[in-house]
Amino acid sequence: MFNIAATVIVLAAALVIYRAIKGPRIYDRVLAVNVIGTKTVVLLALIGYIYERPHFLDIALVYAIINFIATIAFLKYRQTGGLD
Amino acid sequence: MDIIRTIISGILIATGCFLIVIAAIGVVRFPDFYTRMHPAGKGDTLGQGLVLTGLMVYEGFDLISVKLLIIIIFIFIANPTATHALAKAAYVAGVKPWVKDEGDGK
Repeated sequence: MFNIAATVIVLAAALVIYRAIKGPRIYDRVLAVNVIGTKTVVLLALIGYIYERPHFLDIALVYAIINFIATIAFLKYRQTGGLD
Repeated sequence: MDIIRTIISGILIATGCFLIVIAAIGVVRFPDFYTRMHPAGKGDTLGQGLVLTGLMVYEGFDLISVKLLIIIIFIFIANPTATHALAKAAYVAGVKPWVKDEGDGK
């Protein structure tokens, strides 16, 4: 069950990589990276269940926080030209 | 009891995977930036929420399910916030919304 779910999520992330490469503007690329990051959080939780190591959930939580902060920081840098 | 819990978690995980795939197809296929934001903001958030809820039902109640609940709550708050900030940044930068037939119907 977890193997099939992880495979489906990896295929969905491979679809979104098309938009991250081709996207006509830089905002499309940031959106695609954000979507891939959300999928990565789910994938980390599923991998923790596949290998029966629950410590992967801590990595998933940290990855969710890093994903959010990276998006906000990049947008602020893009809008104001600095991170002050 | 154990079989019922496994079946419920399987249904939740399958629905979440379906929503995640639909969100990915929407991000690839929609014609405009603002319309692409729609599957990324809603479908993806609900899909990951359903998958992680399925894992939580599979696990039962202990420290691991509490960690899963923390991840779900954080992404339910953070992902729409990031999408909203992205839409505002694109609007300030002057990205035009998509119009269906430009100069044809009028």
